[in-house]
Order: sequence, then C-alpha cells, then structure tokens
Amino acid sequence: MSTTYALELKDLRKNFGKTEIIRGVNLAVAPGERVAVIGPNGAGKSTLFNLISGRFGPTSGDILLNGQHIEHKTPYEINRMGLSRSFQITNIFPKLSVFENLRCAVLWSLGYKYTFFKFLSGLKDANERTDQLLEMIRLDKKRDVLAVNLTYAEQRALEIGVTIAGGADVILLDEPTAGMSKSETSRFIQLIKDVTVGKTLLTVEHDMGVVFGLADKIAVVVYGEVIAFDTPEAVRANAKVQEAYLGSSVADSQAGGH
Amino acid sequence: MAAVYKFKPYNVGRWVIWGLFALVLLMAPLVFTSNLSTTMLAQMGIAIIACLSYNSLLGQGGMLSFGHAVYTGLGSYMAIHALNAVSGGKLYIPVSLLPIVGGLAGMGFAILLGWVTTRKSGTPFAMITLGVAELVFAMSLMFSEFFGGEAGVSGNRVAGESFFGITYGPQIQVYYLIAIYTFVCVALMFAFTQTPLGRILNAVRDNPERVEFIGYNTQRVRYIAFIIAGFFAGIAGGLGALNFEIVTAEVVGAGRSGAYLLFTFLGGATFFFGPIIGAILMIIAFVLLSELTKAWLLYLGLVFLFMVMYAPGGIASLIMMNLRVAKFGKLRQIWTSYLGLGLTALVMLAGAGAMIEMVYHLQLNSALGDTVKFMGATLNAKGLDSWFGSAFVMLTGLGLFELARRQFVHDWGEIQTEIEKEIKRRETAV
Amino acid sequence: MEFFIISMLNGLSYGLLLFMLSSGLTLIFSMMGVLNFAHASFYMIGAYFGHTLTGWIGFWPALVVAPLLVGACGAVFERITLRKVHPFGHVPELLVTFGLSYVALELVQLVWGRTAVEFPPPEILRSSAFTLINHSVNGLSLVWGNAPAEMCSAADAAVRVVCSPFPATRGFMMLVALLMLVSLWLLLTRTRIGLVIQAALTHPEMVESLGHNVPRVFMLVFGAGTGLAGLAGVIGGSTFVTEPAMAATVGSVIFVVVVVGGMGSLSGAFLASVLIGVIQTFAVAIDYSFLTLAKDMGWALSAATQENSFAKLTLSQVAPILPYLFLVLILIFRPKGLLGTREG
Repeated sequence: MSTTYALELKDLRKNFGKTEIIRGVNLAVAPGERVAVIGPNGAGKSTLFNLISGRFGPTSGDILLNGQHIEHKTPYEINRMGLSRSFQITNIFPKLSVFENLRCAVLWSLGYKYTFFKFLSGLKDANERTDQLLEMIRLDKKRDVLAVNLTYAEQRALEIGVTIAGGADVILLDEPTAGMSKSETSRFIQLIKDVTVGKTLLTVEHDMGVVFGLADKIAVVVYGEVIAFDTPEAVRANAKVQEAYLGSSVADSQAGGH
Repeated sequence: MAAVYKFKPYNVGRWVIWGLFALVLLMAPLVFTSNLSTTMLAQMGIAIIACLSYNSLLGQGGMLSFGHAVYTGLGSYMAIHALNAVSGGKLYIPVSLLPIVGGLAGMGFAILLGWVTTRKSGTPFAMITLGVAELVFAMSLMFSEFFGGEAGVSGNRVAGESFFGITYGPQIQVYYLIAIYTFVCVALMFAFTQTPLGRILNAVRDNPERVEFIGYNTQRVRYIAFIIAGFFAGIAGGLGALNFEIVTAEVVGAGRSGAYLLFTFLGGATFFFGPIIGAILMIIAFVLLSELTKAWLLYLGLVFLFMVMYAPGGIASLIMMNLRVAKFGKLRQIWTSYLGLGLTALVMLAGAGAMIEMVYHLQLNSALGDTVKFMGATLNAKGLDSWFGSAFVMLTGLGLFELARRQFVHDWGEIQTEIEKEIKRRETAV
Repeated sequence: MEFFIISMLNGLSYGLLLFMLSSGLTLIFSMMGVLNFAHASFYMIGAYFGHTLTGWIGFWPALVVAPLLVGACGAVFERITLRKVHPFGHVPELLVTFGLSYVALELVQLVWGRTAVEFPPPEILRSSAFTLINHSVNGLSLVWGNAPAEMCSAADAAVRVVCSPFPATRGFMMLVALLMLVSLWLLLTRTRIGLVIQAALTHPEMVESLGHNVPRVFMLVFGAGTGLAGLAGVIGGSTFVTEPAMAATVGSVIFVVVVVGGMGSLSGAFLASVLIGVIQTFAVAIDYSFLTLAKDMGWALSAATQENSFAKLTLSQVAPILPYLFLVLILIFRPKGLLGTREG
C-alpha cells in the first residue's frame, strides 16, 4: 500500500556542466509535515528548491507533487498544481503597494487568469482574501505603502504573504528569517506557524533554534545528498550528522535556552 | 531620487478629471481657432492614442520596443486601403468606423509578429522589435501594391454616404472624430490598467521571474498586452490615414518608432498621463520647433539624454514630485532655488544655442549671407566677436548654473527630509 | 566560377567588417550588460575622423589615430553618462545610448554637413589586390594587381575573356579584421588585463572586491569596443561611402548579428557576421526570381501567378530583408541564437 506523499524526490540529480551538485536525493514528505532542510553552505539546498519549484529541470530523477510528476514542468504549472515557494533574496513587486502585491498573488487561484474585462475593484473574493492575508501577515497598517518603502522585516513578511496567497498546499520557504535580528526572528517564526497551519512545509534554515522549534522532521543535506531525514531528536543523535555538520552549534542553541 | 510615487485621485476627483478632459477635447478648437491649430490638435489626438498604447508596453509592462510604428503604420495602410475600397463602392463601412479597421489590422499584425517578438524580454526583446521594424520597412519598398512605392497610398476621406451631413471634408470635422476616438481610447486604456491582466502586467514589469511563481505564464501576459497595444496603435494609425489622406512608407519607419519612444519617455512612462504630455510635446516639436530652428533634433536628443540621466520618470514625475512638495506646503521654500536654476539655465542655453545656430547657419544657409537672427539679436556667423560673445555667455551661464544646481540640490534634500519626517509623524499619530 | 570566388571573398570581407563592429558590441554587452545602441554611430564617427585626419596627416597615421580618438570619445561618454545611469538598470542604459545616437548623428551633420564626403582609400589600395581571368580557352588564371587591358580582351571573337578584379580595399579590410580578431583573442586569453576582463564578464562584484577597479575596467572596455568600431569606420568609410546615413544602414544589421549569433557570444557573432555577410553579398548579385527559376525548370505558370509581385521579386530585390528574415527564423527555431549561452 502506498500513501501519496505530498512531495517525493526519487534519485534526483543535477549537474551544472561537469559538476554534480545534487547527487541522488531521495526524500518523501507526508502531507502536513513540517520539514526543515539544513546543511552546510553549498550543500545544494537552494538548488533543491529550485529544482522542485521548476526554476530549472533536473539532469535525471523524479519529482512528484501529490503523486504527479513535475520535474519538467514550468514554475507556473507547478504553482497551479499547488506548490508555492519564497525566495532567500526578497522577490516581491517593488513598485506595487503591499495590497497589490498580495492581490496579484491570489488572482490565478481564484480563477481570474488573463482577464481584462473585469475591474479589480469589483472582484469581491479577491479583495476579501487579500484583506485576510494582510491581517495574517500583520501588515494591515501598511496596506497602501509601496513595497520598496517597507523595512526589511516587513518585506520578508510580504514575501511570505505572496507565497501563501494562492492557497498552495505545499509551501517551500528559502531561509525566511535570513538577515533578521533575534527578536524579529522569533516573532517571524510565530507568523510562519500561524500562516502555514495544515500545509506541508519545507524550510531551509540555518538557525538551529528555529529548526528545533518549528520542524516535525529535519532533512540534512550534505554535498548534494540527504544523509539523514528524521525527527529532530533522532537527527541530533545521528553520528553522521554530528560529524558532518551540527557540531558545536547544537550545544550553543541548547545553552541559549531556546 | 529613489522614492517612487503613486497617483491616487479621490473618487469625486476622478469624475472631475475625466469631465475636464472631455471638456478640453471639446473646447480646444474653439480656443485655438487657426487652421494650423486645428491641424495640430487633430495630430495631438492621434499622437495621444499612439503614445498611450506605446506606454502600455513600456511603462506598464517594462517592454522597450523600438518598432511600435510598425503597428500604427500597418493600421494606417489597412485603413487607407479600406477607405479606397469604400470610395470605390466595394466596401460598405461608414468612414467613422474606418479607424477600427486600422485597429483590427494593428491587432492582427501584433498577433502574428508578437508571438515571435515576445518570446524574449528586456534587451533582446528590444532588438527583436528593431529587427522586425526594419524588416517591415524594407518590405515596404518591395511590395508596391500594398505599400504604394515611393508615392505611398492616397485616399479621399469624403467617401461613401455622409452621416447627418458630416462628410469629413473640413479639418474640424475630422478633429471631432479624432477627439471622440481619443476620449474613448484613453478611457479604455486607463480601464485596462485597473484589470487583473493590467495589474499582472505591472507585476511582470517589476519582477518577471516572481510572476511565474504565482501561477502566471509571463510570456503569455506579455503577448496579450502586446496584442492589445497593437489594437490601439492601429486605431491611431487609422485616424492618421483619415487625417492626412495619404500613407507613405515613413509611417512604419525607424524615425517614427524612435519618436514614440523619445516622447513617451519624455512625457513620463511611470504615470498614466505622462504619455499624453509627451504626445502633445511631440506634435509641438515636429510642427513648430522644426520651423524655428534647424538644430531641433540635436536639442531634442540632448534633452532626452538629460531626462534619462536626471529625471527618468519624465515630466510627469517632475510634476508629481512638485505636487507632493506643494501638498506638504513646502513649495514656497524652494521656488527661489527654482528661479535661480531657471535663469542660469536660460543664460547657459542662450550661449550654447547661439553657437549651435551659427554653426548650422554656416553649414546650411551660407548662401543667404553671414548673419543669423537669434533671440532678437543679429549674430555674424563668420564674426569672431559673435563667437566669443556666445562662448562667454555660455560659459558664464554654465558656471552660474552649477552654483544654482548645488543650492537647489541642497534645498531639495532638506525639503525631502522634512517631508519624510512629517509622513512618519502622521503614521505614528494614527 | 570566378563570380563565385570573388563574391565569396567580397561576402567574407563584408562579414568580417560586420564582425569588427559586432565584436565590440558583444564585448561591451557581455562586460557591462549594456547594449550600445550608438555603436554604429561610433563607426560613423570613425569614418569622419578618418576622413578629416587623412587630410591632415595622411591615411596610414589616421588609421591609427582615428580609432584612438573614437575610443577616447567612447570612454568619456561612459564616464559622464553611462556610469551615472548604471544604477537605474539596463533599460535606462539602452535609452542613454539611444539618445546618443540621435545626438551623434546631428553633431556629425553639424560639423561635416548632410551630404557624403570624399574619403578615398590610399594610393596603394586603389587598384585590385588580384584579378581572376576566365579565358574560355586557357581556363582560370590569377594575376596580382590589375590585369593589363590586353589580357582582358581577345582578338579572336570566338574567345571569351572575363576579368574579375578583387579590390585591394576589400582585401585590406579582411586583413585588418583578421589581425584584430587574433589580437583580441590573444589579449583576452593571454594577458592579465584580459583575465580580469573575462572574470568581470561574469562576476563583476567579485572582481571588484578583489581590488580591481571595475568601473575603470568598464570604461576601458567601452572605450576599446567603440575604438574597434572607429577602426571599422575608417576602413568601411574609405572602402564604401562616408555619409551620415552610414550609421543607420549598418546599425540594424549588427544588432541582428548579435541576436542571431547569440547575445554575449563572440564566436556566435563571428559566425553570424560571416553568414549574413556572405548571404547578403550573394543575394544582391543574383537576379533570379521565382519566375526565372520556373522558366529555367520549364514549369508552366498561370497568367495570374506570372503577375504576382511575390513571384516577380528577384533575389537581389529581397536581399535587404534577408538579415531580418534570418532573425525571425532564428527566433522561432533557435531562440538562444546560433552559439548563445547567455539568455540576455
């Protein structure tokens, strides 16, 4: 009997020229699971996200979203099938307001497609959903501010907002708390928890405190391979992982009292 | 100047603005009554539609096209062929609807050529539009049945049945037809910016890659926008065919495409009404400025260069920035700086202009003697004193301008800081 | 036969001229992301500088000085305008060069007038490099320089002699282009500055943090690219005609070359230049149309077809649009360009 995984990677490989970046990754994420993807710099975490979200295609291997092959699909096709991702370097629409940013992200999921026969102001469902999102990401006070004029943390929140706006079930967050202070980070983690209730979540993270607080499972990526995929406690105890990566940072984050 | 502004009229204001626009269109020929004025007003209406359609690509979609004249021009050609068919009794369309024929032609060609053109974006897109434009222009010299060869294709707009006594013989009748089309097209193009596709097009401009990740095929968005722009471009072309009653190959030429780009940018690509300003300037430059001085293209090129470097949002952005300053009540602080800037610039430009005019005179009109009239003074193009005088005036003006500019930048910076503080204060007060 | 050889050589020389221009354009684009819309304007300025300098110091010194002057102009332009606009993005950069093309054209017309100027090649290049003589009895032979009159005509009316000269100017064009190609390749691959340029091609910030003055390298590259265009201008202007319209005629073709070859690829630009140069040169010389082809093949055509303007078009009439047709075809079937790597 096979359960349909929300996301499945089967012997995924990616070469850039002669360099193998992803060297046979196998991963199966159950629906509703929250997975933290960790690993040293250059291990291939962002590359994995790019492969899954369709930014480029794999050299070989399969990617299955809810049982369907997506490895050669375009980003918009994948998004329409229910997967959405955020970016490490904030990737929003600078000259549009916060409200417009979010509204753009809900349009397709509500079926509005390429229509130019309706006015935006008249789309009740789009406008209501956008207002809901605004409140969820706590930017309702900044409704009409242009995205380029937000603070860094606000932009990161908007980035998350745009990612979840379309109602995708599988969310990929690429270093969502990058560049934030400690206090901003803990507030942001709460935000992520609130907005991704019931969704399958994959996050690339470096902050171990965040990882242990947020994740059901941890996937450890080293040199283009997943060397461990288990609960946080099991990963912490895994000798291979300790040797390859965790080392002293685990002790630090425990001592820090997270 | 990195801050970005938004044009947000109040709802009542919206009706007032559109009403005023309609009023201006209606009244303009009654205020400017000469024949030349009416001709220019008619051309302005056409140019407004053309430049706005161009800006739906440039300002709204971030698509820089070097070949927009292809679609206005082909619209013109189809319209004039249709007109001749109406005159010859082979087609039964009212002359009033012929611009729509142009629009459909523009749209048709955009569907055909746009598929290839929008496969790329950014700089390659610009190069492709250039190549396609050259292709069409070169073809215009090859297929003389459609393009009429050297002489072009002429027609007579007094054709078919007259419509309540309107024959379109007199220019004023053509003007009002153009005015109606202008109002409707401007309204439609504005409406487009308020639709889902219009907004997604803006998103494509801002961040084409991200758009793919929210479910949209960026290339499809651009293609549809291209087709819509082609439709309105064709309408402008069709109106042009009716207005001039002749269509020659230059309507698809690089010069015209360049003019659309230049003036749309000059007027301001970042605001909806910017191209309207640009279109009006375009007609004034082509009709009046070219009569005033032979060096007008040089001046135009230099103004364009300065705009790109110092005011990339065009005249519209300058107006909006100053409106913002006025809204915060700070205009009176800066008007002296503006005055200084303006006067010194005038001095500098007078000197430079005198020299340029003298050189042009030497080049082109030397048969008419050595003297040139410039701003009321008579200059001797071959006289050393005229040259020294102009150079001196220009250099003095340059020096003073630089001083005035520094003062202005300082004052402007102060005002911007004060405004930011005020905005922050208002935000926290809420 | 001699027609083929001469046309091939003519086409190659034109293609190499196109490459001289498009290589500078590609270099600037790869380096700085700026597509220099005014590149053909620098070509024109080079021709005009060459024309004036030849009058003062002679052709050969002018051949060296004019490109240097043009390169200096390019560097100055980069310093005062492009650099200012660089932070705004690629579109404003393109627009600035677009504005420059207007200003340059007007300034040239201001100084030198609106009609063509005389820019003859130097004495030594005025004759033919060689002449191919096709003697219906003796076959094909080659004579260096101009063939003397007796060799080109036969006393016997039954013998047909055709003399096809290959102009020395064209030969010189090919020589300079090849020399330039080789030195460019050597510079980029063998010298230190070349390595820096290659690195800055893809990782400008990294190169800057390594201590190299990237803005200055940019200025140098822009100056070098425009200098190359100026060199092409001196040669092109003396071989063909020096007039204000020369920028427009060659300008759009080199953009086609760059897109067809693949934006950012020097080898692609080379391939595309030569291809387009050869095809256009051949096409211009061929007076065949679909109708003549049909006649040769013995096909019978209806009267309507015979009147059709498409069918009546000769290849020579179609020649001007061939590069653009090529562009459209490439975009449909191979959008990356012939040898393109960057998506642009």
